[in-house]
Amino acid sequence: MKQYVLQRFLQMIVILFGTSFIIFFLFAMLPGDYIDSNINLTPQRAQELKALYGLDKPVLERYFSWLGNALHGDFGYSLKHQEKVTSLLNKYVWNSFFVAIFALLLTWSIALVTGVFSAIKQYSWFDGFVTFFVFAAMSFPSFFISLLFIKWFGVDLQILPIGGMIDTGSDSTGLAYLFEVGKHMILPVIILTLLSIGSLTRYFRTGMLEVIRQDYIRTARAKGLKERVVIFKHALKNAMLPAITLLAFELPGLFSGAIIMEQIFNWPGVGRIQLESVSFRDYPVLMAFTMFLSCLTIIGNFLADVIYAAVDPRIRLK
Amino acid sequence: MEIQNTTVNKQKNKTMVKSPSLWKQTYRRLNKNKLAMISLFFLLFMFLLSFVGPHFSPYILDRTNIADMNQAPSAAHWLGTDNYGRDVLTRLMMAGQISLTIGIAAMFLSIIIGSLLGAIAGFYRGVVDMVIMRLADILMSIPGLPLLLIMGAILSEWKVPAEYRLYIIMIMLSFVGWPGLARLVRGQILSLKEQPFMLATEVLGLSDRRKILHHLIPNTVPLLLVVATLNVAGSILSESALSFLGLGVVPPTPSWGNMMDAANNFMDFRKRPWLWIPPGTAIFLTVVSINLLGDGLRDALDPKMRR
Repeated sequence: MKQYVLQRFLQMIVILFGTSFIIFFLFAMLPGDYIDSNINLTPQRAQELKALYGLDKPVLERYFSWLGNALHGDFGYSLKHQEKVTSLLNKYVWNSFFVAIFALLLTWSIALVTGVFSAIKQYSWFDGFVTFFVFAAMSFPSFFISLLFIKWFGVDLQILPIGGMIDTGSDSTGLAYLFEVGKHMILPVIILTLLSIGSLTRYFRTGMLEVIRQDYIRTARAKGLKERVVIFKHALKNAMLPAITLLAFELPGLFSGAIIMEQIFNWPGVGRIQLESVSFRDYPVLMAFTMFLSCLTIIGNFLADVIYAAVDPRIRLK
Repeated sequence: MEIQNTTVNKQKNKTMVKSPSLWKQTYRRLNKNKLAMISLFFLLFMFLLSFVGPHFSPYILDRTNIADMNQAPSAAHWLGTDNYGRDVLTRLMMAGQISLTIGIAAMFLSIIIGSLLGAIAGFYRGVVDMVIMRLADILMSIPGLPLLLIMGAILSEWKVPAEYRLYIIMIMLSFVGWPGLARLVRGQILSLKEQPFMLATEVLGLSDRRKILHHLIPNTVPLLLVVATLNVAGSILSESALSFLGLGVVPPTPSWGNMMDAANNFMDFRKRPWLWIPPGTAIFLTVVSINLLGDGLRDALDPKMRR
């Protein structure tokens, strides 16, 4: 087990390096930067600024100095916001995080229940409905469903706000503030849940279908156990096991899935900052955010493998 | 002896790979799956609409007509006109050409790169395997949409002309799509390598190239077919998201994604839903059909489902 963890850890370090390398070089391929796009600067002043930010050095040198700083938690300055990238992301990441965490809880609980029940009642009308719903949820373009929901609930029915985090010009505090934010959060959370629920429900359904065909389930039934005990005690545990590997991808997946949703709902999260940075050529922010998502994925993946090996001895003995 | 060997090999090849009964069986099983068949016919309809439909349209794609601006759907313009007076239905059909072509081309590129690299990694193992698979790991750990956003920004920075952009988008999508495929094919190859027929190719003294291209990869085709189908759906979704954000296919070339850009204008969004609901619905229905078809194919090709 120790050896397995160590091996996976070293692998993780290699992948982290590789990822940072690729991300940096992609950005180095971009010919323009924030300074180039600012037409108010004289050529001389632009040169000075570039030297100040180190943009005139060769790519490899810039990579290592960037990496060195990044390891110290310094991702540079946002050229547009004139603020440290880390403090900028810190300011907005929580807005995204709360939406993501609610969506995560909703997705997993709904997917687990519907997935398991449609597996137990395979080919019933409930199963048919779930399958249909799953495919619809998996196929909706995020921007289209966001826009439709805004149109239906925000414009036509006018029961929910069409965007933002608080009402325009609102200065409510305390409970009223929480209530207001909560109201604005409903649609974003529903959208994110819809976008990720399809594949997960399917995953649980397939996992459960596979497990209930196993011999040990037949044995449990033959012993005369109650169906409820067979399903929820013997089958469910084993069916849920592979889902651990999915949990690792959930958070980064939700963050990157939220990029378009945040843009449409005008939600002040990191996704919107990301898109804004694309149009303002604010590359330090873009780079840091992409790196942040990749790190979340890589570390999550590592943790998932270790936990999976800890709970399933077949993995580590291989 | 040599001649005999090749004929034996050819026969074997025929029964293993191009066995007509496998595809016939598959089709027969797929035929029983109502949803998959409806999806298949809908996709055929979508293709006809996109590639043949524009020839029947009385309107010319980019002809602007100020007199016909922003008209609601009517008998003359079934889906209304946009704010340049262009017929939305005609644009929708042309956009379908672009979006479907990009989805399918990106799928073929990912399949070629992914299955070749995956097969090479699984066949040779060792250092080659490690380099290819680590590269795949690295690319897979950068989330797809942010990666595509960066590449889209690079395209805009390089001022790539609109007519070339779609080709580069195809390459971008396959760049993001190949690692998953490579991993899948590699896994298959690893288990296929242990089977007796590979021992036979060893005995026959076949070259590595022949073993990989004629014996290993053909055996992964059933799996690849399913993944390829689902890959088209993913590519269409990514392309539409990128184009919606203005980083994919850019006007004047229409694509379903960039037609939806109309919804970014609040007046158009509220008052003229015919500008953005049709392309969104087209993406949704196409992607749903592809997913259902892929799922049907998976069931039809899965030996465990055979009765």
